[in-house]
Amino acid sequence: MAIESEVLVIGGGLAGITSALAAADAGADTRLVSYKQSTLRNASGLVDVLGYTPSGDGPVVDPFDAIPSLPDAHPYRTVGVDTVRDAMAFFDAHAPRYQGHHTDANALVPTHGGTVKPTARYPASAAAGLASDDRDTLLVGFETLPDFNADHAAAHLESAGVPFDVRGVTVPFPGDLRAGAKVTRYAGLLDANPQVSVDGTERPLRLALATRVADAAADADRVGFPAVLGDDDPAGVRDALADHLGAAVFEVPMGPPSLPGLRLSDHLFGALEAAGVRIETGNPVVDADTTAGGVETVYVEKNGARIPNSADEYVLATGGLVGKGIDSDRDAVYEPIFDCRIAHSDDRYAWFDDDAFGDHAFAQFGVRTDDTLRPRDDDGAAAHANLRAAGAVLGGYNFAAEHSGSGVSIATGYAAGTAAAEAIHDE
Amino acid sequence: MAQEPHVVVVGGGSTGAGVARDLAMRGLGVTLVEQGNLTHGTTGRMHGLLHSGGRYAVSDQASARECIIENRVLREIATHCVDETGGLFVKRPEDSEQYFQEKLAGCEACDIPTKVLSGAEARQLEPHLADDVEKAIWVPDAAIDPFRLVVANAASAQEHGARIETHSTVTDVVVEDGAVVGVEVEHATGAGKRVHGTEGGTEVIRADHVVNAAGAWAGRLGEMAGVDVEVRPSKGVMTVMNTRQVDTVVNRCRPKGDADIVVPHETTCILGTTDEEVADPEDYPEQQWEVDMVIDELAELIPMLDDARTVRSFWGVRPLYEPPDVDSDDPTDITRDYFLLAHDDRDDLPGMTTIVGGKLTTYRMMAEEITDHVCERLGVTADCRTADVALPGSADNTALDDYMTEFGLRSPVAQRSVDRLGSRAGSVLDTDDPNPTICACEAVTRAEIQDAIEQSGTDLNAVRIRTRATMGNCQGGFCAHRLANELHTAGYDDATVRASWDELLAERWRGQRHALWGDQLSQAMLSYALHATTQNRGHDPADADTEIDFTAFDAGPLAADGGPEGAHGN
Ligand SMILES: Cc1cc2nc3c(=O)[nH]c(=O)nc-3n(C[C@H](O)[C@H](O)[C@H](O)COP(=O)(O)OP(=O)(O)OC[C@H]3O[C@@H](n4cnc5c(N)ncnc54)[C@H](O)[C@@H]3O)c2cc1C
Ligand SMILES: Cc1cc2nc3c(=O)[nH]c(=O)nc-3n(C[C@H](O)[C@H](O)[C@H](O)COP(=O)(O)OP(=O)(O)OC[C@H]3O[C@@H](n4cnc5c(N)ncnc54)[C@H](O)[C@@H]3O)c2cc1C
Repeated sequence: MAIESEVLVIGGGLAGITSALAAADAGADTRLVSYKQSTLRNASGLVDVLGYTPSGDGPVVDPFDAIPSLPDAHPYRTVGVDTVRDAMAFFDAHAPRYQGHHTDANALVPTHGGTVKPTARYPASAAAGLASDDRDTLLVGFETLPDFNADHAAAHLESAGVPFDVRGVTVPFPGDLRAGAKVTRYAGLLDANPQVSVDGTERPLRLALATRVADAAADADRVGFPAVLGDDDPAGVRDALADHLGAAVFEVPMGPPSLPGLRLSDHLFGALEAAGVRIETGNPVVDADTTAGGVETVYVEKNGARIPNSADEYVLATGGLVGKGIDSDRDAVYEPIFDCRIAHSDDRYAWFDDDAFGDHAFAQFGVRTDDTLRPRDDDGAAAHANLRAAGAVLGGYNFAAEHSGSGVSIATGYAAGTAAAEAIHDE
Repeated sequence: MAQEPHVVVVGGGSTGAGVARDLAMRGLGVTLVEQGNLTHGTTGRMHGLLHSGGRYAVSDQASARECIIENRVLREIATHCVDETGGLFVKRPEDSEQYFQEKLAGCEACDIPTKVLSGAEARQLEPHLADDVEKAIWVPDAAIDPFRLVVANAASAQEHGARIETHSTVTDVVVEDGAVVGVEVEHATGAGKRVHGTEGGTEVIRADHVVNAAGAWAGRLGEMAGVDVEVRPSKGVMTVMNTRQVDTVVNRCRPKGDADIVVPHETTCILGTTDEEVADPEDYPEQQWEVDMVIDELAELIPMLDDARTVRSFWGVRPLYEPPDVDSDDPTDITRDYFLLAHDDRDDLPGMTTIVGGKLTTYRMMAEEITDHVCERLGVTADCRTADVALPGSADNTALDDYMTEFGLRSPVAQRSVDRLGSRAGSVLDTDDPNPTICACEAVTRAEIQDAIEQSGTDLNAVRIRTRATMGNCQGGFCAHRLANELHTAGYDDATVRASWDELLAERWRGQRHALWGDQLSQAMLSYALHATTQNRGHDPADADTEIDFTAFDAGPLAADGGPEGAHGN
C-alpha cells in the first residue's frame, strides 16, 4: 500500500518548505519528503530577491522594479512580479524574525570577507549591521575562528567605500575552546552562558566576552561578531551583549555551516508542523511511475526497501547541483527522479566559463517549465500534468551571480504549492 | 658584495634549485633567478613519480640505472618529500608476455630489485586492481612531492649563502667581448620576497658564469645569448582523483604508451599521461579528449576509476632536448636523457652552460654534473656533498618521531603537518597562539601557513605549494578566504591581500575546469556560490570603478522609523 496524500512535495529546502506551507495553507493534505539537509545549511541565511541583473549591473536598488526586464526564461518571469510580491509577503508572515519588508529597496549587508552584498530580507541578527546604515562600527573576530578576520574585513569594507568608520579587533574567545571548534559549539556556549574564568576572575561567558571587547568598542555605535551568537536564543545573546556594551550588536553572516541558515530552516520546519504538513526526512526519492495521465507513484528508498508514495499533485523541489536535484556525469546533465529534460550542451567544455566568476552555463542548469511551472518534455509540452517544479531545480537563472537564490525558491515554491492545491479543489 | 666567484642560475625548477644548492655548498656565490614562484615551470606540473628505473628498463637502460641510483639517494636525503609506496608493472591478458619477461630481465640488468606477483597477490596488495590482471612485477617506485623537494633545495642553498629571487625574469643575457658576463633581470615587485603591489625594477646581475636551467624555456635563454638550444617541448596531462584508489604506483606493463600510470600522491591519486609536441611551452591547448583518455584507459587496470571523482587536471611540458642531427618525428621517440651544453666548446661563447632534458628523479645527479663542470671552468676544487647531506626538513629522521609525540600526534592534523615539515616541524609548529586548521581537506594549520608566508611573501600560490592548502577536494572553496585572512594577519594591507586572493582563485579554477561533472561539479557550484554570493567576490565594490550610493539602500527597520540606536530588540 502506498503512503497517500493530496500534495507530495519532494525536497525540504526553502522551495519545498514554501510549497508545502502554501499547499497546506490552501487546505490541501500535504506531505513533504526530503533526503539531506538543504542548501540553507550552506547559504548565508540572507534572503535575496535580485541583487544584480543578468548582465551584471548593480547592486540593484529595487529588485521588484527590475524583474519585468529579466529574460523570458527566468523563473521570475514565469510566475510574474505580482506573485513574487505575494510570495515574499507569505514568507514574511511565516518568518517573523526576518526584516526588510518595510521597503522595496535592497539592503547592503557586510559579508564575512569584507565586501557588501545586496539582499531583500535579512535575519534580525544582521539588522543592526547594514552597510547602508552609517553608524560607526567595530567588528570583533576570534583567534580560533579563521573564517572571519575582523581587522581584514574592516579594512576591506573601507576599500569598498562604506559610509562609516569601521575597525576590527581580534580577541580570544573567553573560556577554553579548542582551535578547531565548530560554530555550533560557540553558539551553544553563548546560549548556555556558563561561568568562565578569565584572568583569574569567574564570570558568565557573555559578560566575559563583552568585557574583552569593551575598550575597543568604546567609540562604536554598533559591534559586529561572526555569526555564532546563539542557536536557541540568538536574541537573548545579542541583547545581553548589547546591554553590557552599550551599543547595538549584530552578526556578520558566514558559512558553511551557516547558523543563520540553520536557524531559518529550523524555524520553517516548525511552521510546517504547525500547519499540519507530514514530514519525512533522511530518505531519498529514487524513482517514479508515470503514465500519460501524469505521475502515479514515487518511491522512497528506506533501509534498502522502496516505499511507494502516491499523491494527486507533486512538487519537485530537490534543489540544483548543490542539493543534488540535478546531477551529471562525463556525458550528460540529468534530473534523477523523473528524468526531466535539462537543456545542456553536448560539449562538456561548454558547461563553464574560463573565468572563475564568468558566465557559467552550469550555474543555469535546471528544469525548464511551462508558465504553470510544469517541466516541459522534448516537444515543449508539460511532461506530466500533475508535476510542478520549484526552486534551485529550475534552470534559466544564475542565482549566485544575480543574488536571487532564496527569492526564486520562495516565489516558485509559493506558486507551485498554491497551484497544486488549486488543482485539487478543481477536481 | 656577492661572494666570488659568483654564478647566476636561471630557473627555479628541480634542476636550477639543485644546481644552486650544489654550487652554494661548494662555497661559490649563487643567485638563482626564477620568473614565477619556485616550481613555476615543469617541476610544478609533473607526475610525482620517483622512478625506480623500471619504466626505462627495456627501452633506455642508461636512464634506468641513473634512476635507481638516485632513487636510493633521495630516500636518504629527502625523506620528508618521499612516500615509499612501491610500484607495480601490471599485466592484463592482452598485454605481451614477452614484454613482461623483457621488463623483468631489464630490471635485473639495471640492478632494480623486483618481485613477481600473481594476479591474486597483486590484488591483495591493491584490492581495486581489475579481476583479470594476470600478474605484476613489484619495483621500488615511490611518490615524491616536487614542491617540497625544490623548496628544500632552495632553502639549503640559502643556508649556504645563496640569494633566491623569485618573480624575477631574465630579460637579457649580457654578452661582453664575446663572453657571457651576467643577466638582466626584471623584478616583478622589487628584489627579495614577492609582495603584491610593490614597485618592481630592473637589475643587471653580473656573474662569472651563468647556468641556463630554464627547462622548456632554455631555448629562449639561448636566443638571448645568441646560441641555438633545440628544446622540443612536449605536453602531458595529469588528472587528479579525490582519493587514493591505490597506495602503490600502478604502471601498465607494455611498451611506451599514453595513459599507463597511476601515482598515489598525498590525499590523491594522479592519472597520466600523454605526450604531444607543442610549439609554445606557455600556450598550448588543454583538451577534453586527453582527460577522457587517461580515465578510460586506466579504468582497464582499476575499474573504479571509470566513475570516480576527479578534482582537477593539469598539464606539464617536458623539456625534451634533441641534438640537431637526430630529428625525430614522434616526441615519444625523443630521449629522456639530459644534456649538458658547454657553450664555450659548442658555440665559442664562454661564460654560460645550459642543462636540459632529464627527469626530476635525476635532478641531483644532473646538478652534480653541471656543478663539476662550472667548478672546473672557474678553477674551483671542491667535492660534491649533496648526496650525503640531508635536505632541510629531512635532517634527522629520529627527530620525526619526537615531534609526533611532542605535538600530540594522536591527531591526524598534526600527523599531516609533521609529514610535510619533516625535521622543521618543531620550529614551525611550536607556537603559544591558537593554531586552528585553515585548510581542512589537507589538514593545514595556521602555523604552517604563517611559516610559508614568511618564506614566500604575499604569493598565496607559493603558500599553496609549500603547504598543500587549497589542493584537496574543495580546491580552495572553503579556505581561500581564510588564506587571504592569514595574509592580512601577517601584516599585508587589504589591496595586496585582494590581489593575491584573486590570483589564487584564478589558479584553482584553471585546473578544476577539467573535472566539472558529477560530485565535483556540485562542489564547484557550492564553491562558486560561496565566493560569488555569500562573499560577493564577483562584484566586490572595492574592485569596482564606480562608487555605490549607499543612501539609496535600506538602512534598517529602525532607521525607517527615524530611530538610530540599534535594531537589536528582537
Ligand atoms: C554557498 C551558498 C550561498 C548562498 N547564499 C545565498 C544568499 O546569500 N542569499 C540567497 O538568497 N540565496 C543564497 N544561496 C542560494 C539559496 O540558498 C538556494 O538557491 C536555495 O536555498 C535553494 O533552495 P531549494 O529548496 O530550491 O533547494 P535546496 O535547498 O538545495 O533543497 C533541496 C532539498 O531536496 C533534497 N533532495 C534532493 N534530492 C532528493 C531526492 N531524490 N529525494 C528527496 N529529497 C531530495 C535535498 O536533500 C535538499 O534537502 C546560496 C547558496 C549557496 C550554495
Ligand atoms: C607530464 C610530465 C610528467 C612528468 N613526470 C615525471 C615523473 O613522474 N618523475 C620524474 O622524475 N620526472 C617527471 N617529469 C619530468 C620532470 O618534471 C622534469 O624533467 C623536471 O621537472 C624539469 O625540471 P627543470 O628544472 O629542468 O625545468 P622547470 O621545472 O621547467 O624549470 C625551469 C624554470 O625556469 C624558469 N624560467 C624560464 N625562463 C625564465 C626566465 N627568462 N627568467 C627566469 N626564469 C625563467 C621557468 O619559470 C621554470 O620554473 C615529467 C614531466 C612532464 C611534462
